[in-house]
Amino acid sequence: MQDLVNIFVKSIFVDNMIFAYFLGMCSYLAVSKTVNTGVGLGAAVIFVLGITVPINYLLENYVLKEGALTWISDDFASVDLSFLSFIMFIAVIASMVQLVEMIVEKFAPALYGALGIFLPLIAVNCSILGGSLFMQERQYASIAEATSFGLGSGVGWFLAIVAIAAIREKIRYSDVPAPLRGLGITFIITGLMGIAFMSFMGIEL
Amino acid sequence: MKALENFMRKMEPKKDGKLPLAHTIWDGTYTFLFTPAQTTKKGVHIRDGVDLKRTMFTVVIALIPALLFGIWNTGHQHYIALGMDSAPFWDKILFGAIKVLPLVIVSYAVGLGVEFLFAASKGHPIQEGFLVSGMLIPLCMPVEVPLWMVAVATIFAVVIGKEVFGGTGMNILNPALTARAFLFFAYPTKMSGDKVWVSTSTEAGQSVADGFTGATALGDLATTVGQPMGQNAEVVSKFGADGTYSLFNAFMGWIPGSVGETSALAILIGAAILLITGIGSWKIMFSFLVGGLVMGGIFNAFAVNDFMELNPLHHVLIGGFMFGMVFMATDPVSAAQTSMGKWIYGFLGGLFAIMIRVFNPAYPEGVMLAILFMNVMAPMIDHYVVQSNIKKRQKRAQVVAA
Repeated sequence: MQDLVNIFVKSIFVDNMIFAYFLGMCSYLAVSKTVNTGVGLGAAVIFVLGITVPINYLLENYVLKEGALTWISDDFASVDLSFLSFIMFIAVIASMVQLVEMIVEKFAPALYGALGIFLPLIAVNCSILGGSLFMQERQYASIAEATSFGLGSGVGWFLAIVAIAAIREKIRYSDVPAPLRGLGITFIITGLMGIAFMSFMGIEL
Repeated sequence: MKALENFMRKMEPKKDGKLPLAHTIWDGTYTFLFTPAQTTKKGVHIRDGVDLKRTMFTVVIALIPALLFGIWNTGHQHYIALGMDSAPFWDKILFGAIKVLPLVIVSYAVGLGVEFLFAASKGHPIQEGFLVSGMLIPLCMPVEVPLWMVAVATIFAVVIGKEVFGGTGMNILNPALTARAFLFFAYPTKMSGDKVWVSTSTEAGQSVADGFTGATALGDLATTVGQPMGQNAEVVSKFGADGTYSLFNAFMGWIPGSVGETSALAILIGAAILLITGIGSWKIMFSFLVGGLVMGGIFNAFAVNDFMELNPLHHVLIGGFMFGMVFMATDPVSAAQTSMGKWIYGFLGGLFAIMIRVFNPAYPEGVMLAILFMNVMAPMIDHYVVQSNIKKRQKRAQVVAA
């Protein structure tokens, strides 16, 4: 149980998707103009990461990895399908995103309109595929650990996009030098936020 | 005074003259020396002399005790390192002044230079925000930091931390902390470790005393992390009643550390000034302190090493906790702005400060990073406080309407 909490906290603060790995930057920069859309997209990312990482964990351990198929028969002990992992992971992610899109369209049409193209684009959001690939690389011991990692990464991404959206709302009427208005200042803010998040770097849990 | 004013009036360059920079500099100096003569002519206004400049100046006055103590302590620590504890008072002051004043001068000169350039290029009068940052930057530096680093950090903090957001009042991070964090991550060897806190420069016939380490209280404690309790009797004994870092010594401040951060007493005098004039937020200071004490208490309850076992009261007296609490966390620009938000901001700030300090032995000075982290989170806290207020009032309005 303690391991699960540790992985969860670690993936929020120490291994934050945005500030430690700079993954998922495109939608993070594009949808963070207001807090409400940021919360919407952040929630969608939490959901997709929380679902796809465990599913991909099962795929990885019972289908793709070398010797993963031995639960069918011992004849498959030497079969290694890991070259398929990218395409399998992406297929899972894309179908999950489709699901999210349908849910959002049905229950929150205003948010659906506000998120626009960026909702389906979660499918190619690097933090989502990154989550699955980190899961593969770090070889979590159980599906519970993988779920905890997925949810934690999602919450970390959520925290990042909501924090920067609030900052961008706050500085909306600031006298930013003309060449930096818009994305320029957002990149600078992200860098400064990265400094603040470095406080957690190197913590061993 | 009258003569000075007449002189300044005569010197005033034309605003649209050949040198726009000349007018900016003149304007900055003039408003620094004299209260602006303009007052509002009609309508209901608060008639009060407190403007941005007066606010900033009060904070600078509140920083003076910490600065003076820092100057003395720099000399004091230096002579302890040389094994000459009983050196005369004025020798310590003199040595400290030689070490500390250049930091202050470089910070002000470079920072104000950058401010002047930006003000001239933007065509608006000089903003007074740097008066405080310029004093905070040298006070949160280790005494042995090279002057060019102070200059580089000041430029970074003023340009990237403040001016790109539109100047004073628009920054998201505290500029002084931005400068310190910049140096901390860019030149870690000059900002942490055992070599930088106490000046050990020697003259002919002097030498560093045997057994001198130069570590700070937090640096000593960080060495106990990862070892079972009771293994570090030597470090723990330093925190006992007779030790170097006893509760009394930590409160008075004659221990190594950044220039202005060591003396809780001097900082509390500053805090009193800020609170009486109403410039610092007592909500933030109080909740920050409570947050730190609570986290210290939690660590006490689950202590697995000597660092966690430290008395919470001791925790808040060592390192930069007090300094950060009084002068950095209360920065009205980068802190939370709503009343409820201030409570949350301060409490979490104190909590994180002690937590980072203990959990992350590489960064024993967790206060700086905790405040920066809370600066980043403050707009989000404010946003949700405001939203919940809106919701509450809407509900009340509906009840009345029904």
